[in-house]
Amino acid sequence: MSRLIKHHLFWPGFALVALVVLNTVARPRFIEISVQHGALYGAPIDILRNSAPMMLVALGMTLVIATRGIDLSVGAVMAVSGAVALTIIDGSDSPGSVGTVLIAILVGVGVSLILGVWNGFLVSVLKIQPIIATLVLMMAGRGVALLITDGFITTVTSDPLKYVASGHLLGLPFAFFIWVAAVAVVSLVERRTALGVLTEAVGINPEASRLAGVRATGIILGTYVVSGGLAGMAGVIYSSNIMAADANAAGELIELYAILAVVLGGTSLAGGKFSIAGTVIGVLIIQTLESTILFLGVSSAQSPVFFAAVVVLVVLIQAPAVHRAARQFVQRRSANVPDITPGTEVAR
Amino acid sequence: MKKKFLAGVAIASAMTLFLTGCGSGSDDKASGSGGGGDVIKVGFAQTGSESGWRSANTDSMKKAFSKENGFDLVFNAADNDPAAQIAAVRSFINQGVDAIVVAPIVEDGWDDVFKEAADAKIPVILEDRTVSSDPSLYATWIGDNFEAEGEAAGKWAADNVGTAPTKMVVLEGTTGSSAANDRATGFDKAIAGSKITKIDSQTGDFTRDGGKKVMEGFLQKYGKDGIDLVFAHNDDMALGAIEAIKAAGATPGKDIKIVSIDGVHDGMQALADGEINYIVECNPLLGDDAAALVKKVIGKETVEKANFAKDGAFDQEQAKAALPTRAY
Repeated sequence: MSRLIKHHLFWPGFALVALVVLNTVARPRFIEISVQHGALYGAPIDILRNSAPMMLVALGMTLVIATRGIDLSVGAVMAVSGAVALTIIDGSDSPGSVGTVLIAILVGVGVSLILGVWNGFLVSVLKIQPIIATLVLMMAGRGVALLITDGFITTVTSDPLKYVASGHLLGLPFAFFIWVAAVAVVSLVERRTALGVLTEAVGINPEASRLAGVRATGIILGTYVVSGGLAGMAGVIYSSNIMAADANAAGELIELYAILAVVLGGTSLAGGKFSIAGTVIGVLIIQTLESTILFLGVSSAQSPVFFAAVVVLVVLIQAPAVHRAARQFVQRRSANVPDITPGTEVAR
Repeated sequence: MKKKFLAGVAIASAMTLFLTGCGSGSDDKASGSGGGGDVIKVGFAQTGSESGWRSANTDSMKKAFSKENGFDLVFNAADNDPAAQIAAVRSFINQGVDAIVVAPIVEDGWDDVFKEAADAKIPVILEDRTVSSDPSLYATWIGDNFEAEGEAAGKWAADNVGTAPTKMVVLEGTTGSSAANDRATGFDKAIAGSKITKIDSQTGDFTRDGGKKVMEGFLQKYGKDGIDLVFAHNDDMALGAIEAIKAAGATPGKDIKIVSIDGVHDGMQALADGEINYIVECNPLLGDDAAALVKKVIGKETVEKANFAKDGAFDQEQAKAALPTRAY
């Protein structure tokens, strides 16, 4: 039991389960899953499906943060990729053909990879502070997306594109398989090869890892390229979900939610050790929390405060200082010692 | 490694060139020569070109303030940069225009430049949005009446749906925006006394994605049979809700009826296709009314401090008829 509690995923997992329980108690409908048109349907399924864009973005963000970096441009990259892909489909003679959609997605993600190279170049070669380097694209990217769509919301009708976000495979949302595949590939590459260790080494001590022969430049550059590519795919899913390229709203503030998800999952913003499983749980917590706001009927004016309060709670239950205080409290009670001066460390 | 990398950079820069290339050439900053005789020289400081609504608004203003109508228009679009917009108004003053029309990007910070205009005896006419300055600093305002829009939408709902017990959910606009607040107030006023019950309400931030997500949540919470009517504060959220309703296996416009406000092209298309039931227009074609106001102000006629544009409304048949000739 105590080993379970000490596991780094225990508290994030606990928070997620607690939210699901809270929703189910408030409205038992929450957990109900029915079959509709041969596919599973229900609030948990919606959460798995709607998680896709944030999941991809947070996955890339985890790697970037592990190298002591940050990528603020992901939301803007989403907007650019969606704008590029949908403009291609909109301008094509056969918007409904699988070929057109595949090309559009490839070009959209390709442009995002190039934007990732740009970020990585600024950070790893020119050594610009990541927050500033990616801020450039965060602001410029949305402008580029607006230029591509001419300031309008580009709406398309295309069944293959619709399938990306709204289609089903084996009764489950296709978008769910996209993020599961992305998580699996990144986990395999990072954890089954030395890349993960090297990434963490760069994040823990760049200078020491350089002296040890780690090519930090390439590794850092690579994480921004991965982050850009994943954000590009997220942009395609976002656009597919609404069947439109909304350059103003696509991926707005997602960079901050992705950072939040990474932190909720137990990865430190100081870089170094990272947890992909933690990030997955972090994203699911945020998505479930958004459903919670709807299910509990929290009013629009109060929902940001509610959201923040829950986030603070989740962060607090993970904090070592809080654990220590809780242990002290329990020990004091069981030992029946009437007073320990505040601030005294109890020997462990 | 290094070579590959440089190739990447080259592609990146080439791509940037391509991207800027393909979207250029939207704003023409027309500037006219000093008008003589009866020509009225007007400076118009537009917010930018952030939406389809705004583009239609700009077109309408340019048409109304044309040479044929006796105007010489100096047009500026500030790309939603408040400082650039104030600079534009200042340049209008220096050019000695006869009147200044502003669609203010932000409410605050106008006192100084409006005082400068007053000193130069140039009247200021506000269009679309308002400012926090003292009303004595501008001549008049012309724009849309959000509360009346909400009331018109609510009246239709009360007359056509509210005769039988109806469970309604609301997709609100951005929390705290005047459009969201006033539309909600007007709608609630109009449905009072009808058999419509508001069972839930949540913000969808005026976006399609927001509208779809919130509607998905409502459908999970109440079931597709537990909702009869959706009131969306704008068309984009209604379009998102349509996707969510379809995904839940219900027919938008039939099983669950939708009332919305705005009248953008995609919304009108959905209305004509029978997926939305009623749209109240938020009219961007303010040009003619604004031009008439400018003439009155310059002719020293008394005008109302606030002027509301006429907002039309469309049901499905009217949308089919109106779509081919819509200006936006």
